Amino acid sequence: MKNIQVYDPPMCCSTGLCGTEIDPELVRFAALLTQLGRQGIQVERYNLGQQPMAFVQNATVKALLDQEGMEVLPLIFVDGAVYLKGRYLNDAERETMTRAALGEKAGVTV
Amino acid sequence: MNLPQYRPDAATATRYLFFTGKGGVGKTSLSCATALILAEAGKRVLLVSTDPASNLDEVLATTLTNQPTPIASVPGLDALNINPVAAAAAYRERLIGPMRGLLPEAALRSMEEQLSGSCTVEIAAFDEFSGLIGNPETSRGYDHVIFDTAPTGHTLRLMSLAKAWDQFLGDNTSGTSCLGPLAGLEKQRAIYEATVNTLAEATATTLVLVSRPQLAALREAERTSRELRALGVGNQCLVINGTFETKCPADVTAQAMQHRGTTAMATAATFIASLPAFVVPLRPINILGVAGLRALLKGEDSTEPAHPPGSAHAPWTPPAMESLADLVADIEKAGHGVVMTMGKGGVGKTTVAAAIAVMLAQRGNSVHLSTTDPAAHVVQTLAGQVAGLTLGRIDPVAETAAYTAEVLSHQGGKMDAAGRALLEEDLRSPCTEEIAVFRAFAREVGQGTGRFVVLDTAPTGHTLLLLDASEAYNRELQRQTRSTQPEDVLKLLQHLRDPEFTRILLVTLPEATPVHEAAALQEDLRRAHIEPFGWVINQSLFQSGSCDPLLQRREESEHRYLSEVVGKHSRRTAWLPWQAREPVGPEALAGLAATHFQPAITLNTP
Repeated sequence: MKNIQVYDPPMCCSTGLCGTEIDPELVRFAALLTQLGRQGIQVERYNLGQQPMAFVQNATVKALLDQEGMEVLPLIFVDGAVYLKGRYLNDAERETMTRAALGEKAGVTV
Repeated sequence: MNLPQYRPDAATATRYLFFTGKGGVGKTSLSCATALILAEAGKRVLLVSTDPASNLDEVLATTLTNQPTPIASVPGLDALNINPVAAAAAYRERLIGPMRGLLPEAALRSMEEQLSGSCTVEIAAFDEFSGLIGNPETSRGYDHVIFDTAPTGHTLRLMSLAKAWDQFLGDNTSGTSCLGPLAGLEKQRAIYEATVNTLAEATATTLVLVSRPQLAALREAERTSRELRALGVGNQCLVINGTFETKCPADVTAQAMQHRGTTAMATAATFIASLPAFVVPLRPINILGVAGLRALLKGEDSTEPAHPPGSAHAPWTPPAMESLADLVADIEKAGHGVVMTMGKGGVGKTTVAAAIAVMLAQRGNSVHLSTTDPAAHVVQTLAGQVAGLTLGRIDPVAETAAYTAEVLSHQGGKMDAAGRALLEEDLRSPCTEEIAVFRAFAREVGQGTGRFVVLDTAPTGHTLLLLDASEAYNRELQRQTRSTQPEDVLKLLQHLRDPEFTRILLVTLPEATPVHEAAALQEDLRRAHIEPFGWVINQSLFQSGSCDPLLQRREESEHRYLSEVVGKHSRRTAWLPWQAREPVGPEALAGLAATHFQPAITLNTP
């Protein structure tokens, strides 16, 4: 795993704190991304409310939005391929991703 | 206490002048008069209003926008109005406009909803504000930039934001944050930094604390002075607007009015002596138009007639008005519900709310009185005095602390250190307070089932933001399938729109500006499908029988506004007389509410 791109629905902040309720999955996901970034994985995050142009410029994202509507967001890409559609990672998926990142990192170091 | 009269001096005035104070103290009049005098001394002046409920248009008789507009009758003076709600709309359009046709309609709608929150409003207004101060290009060509700032809470936030955000941006390590709605915020950093520095620079900025000769207003000025000094804004002066010395010492009303003023100023003597202080004597008419502004600071009494031209000595028939007790008797019939007093700052929303709460409780109802006014000593004096009456307060600082603690205990426990740090960082953003206060508001409204809840809401602009936020909340909730929202929040807008549950009273003084602002507020409420229950005209000098010539002229000037409210704006109107003593304590409040308007005494103007 070299890079992750996240296309978020419009929101105020990465933890979703400014919305009307806090989504714990979102908070944990934001923390995971911070951690992955520190491991040297390239993390890019786009918010429809702030960077709408990024959604237009990515042909895959734009096509999915046109065909399936807002329900496709959040959209998560890993190494350029769609990894998850319409939700954030659950506990198991977060663990897998953490292990993958740490494993690769460990491999590089050894 | 012998204080000099306030007269702005073109030779010594700083480039930036900020007027701040409790609502209704005369910030708009004084900032306009200052701008006028500096412009007439040959300076190029830009006058800026940041009040969401600005009446600058009315005072200057010019339609203002968010771009400098020349004031035709005053060469050298331009004015603009930063309406935070309009600024947010423009900001939204800048982001969404270019996406039309490129993104599906549902995506655009979703963006719009997200950008309708209170965070966006605050950010958009602050952005415009700091653009004028932190960016030398914007205000180039002006010798003075004068800010007629919004009511105090908003002013404090606006100013403290400059510093808080600056620190926030410096500390932020995660890249994304609540400050996100301002795309490209980093680019604004230099401008924000310049804004903070300019505010703290004594040779560049003067803070003019405006007050009335009233204790509550003086205390508020003292608090603002202390808080802004702590934020580095050190060059301050105080202007006490509307000091009064009667020409008719035998008159009870006039004497009481004069005595009230001197007592308040004596009580606040230490604060007044701590900074350069000035007075502006009470004028017989309300300040409208350029001539009125000139008369305000020139020191001489206005020579304008009390009667508008053409109507002098015309007989005037007072309109029919009720007592506040009459309104309370009808409010009581529902057996429970929420009563909210709304209106321009300084019109007596807290006093009216307290009087209603006391009457309802004295008639055997269970009542909860909640106030957002930090200087609400009217409410403090009721503690434990009336059976069945409980007291509450929406304190923004305490609410924010409680909300932060709640979020951290609910969410923070399940997180690792990195997640917790991120959450704490977002909680330090300015948006948190808006959300915390809004939740408190919803909570207090939700208390109204099975009993009465009486609320004095914050000044007009903030009230609108609260209602707007509740609307956005409702839309947001409809989109969400899973919801862990408190029941209060879910029911809020539904409650506010139910005329059998929520009764809104618009409070005004019998003067031009408060009446017109209350009328505008009524229109806004109607757009949100909320119909006010009635109006309350407070502190009327009508029937006072004063022999003081200045008070007589003020009393005559009330006639047209009493007629206007009853004839044009309200479905039912309660009338409250000016009180020789401040109505403090249950007896005084109940007595005030029971006072009847008796037009039989004076049928025609003398």
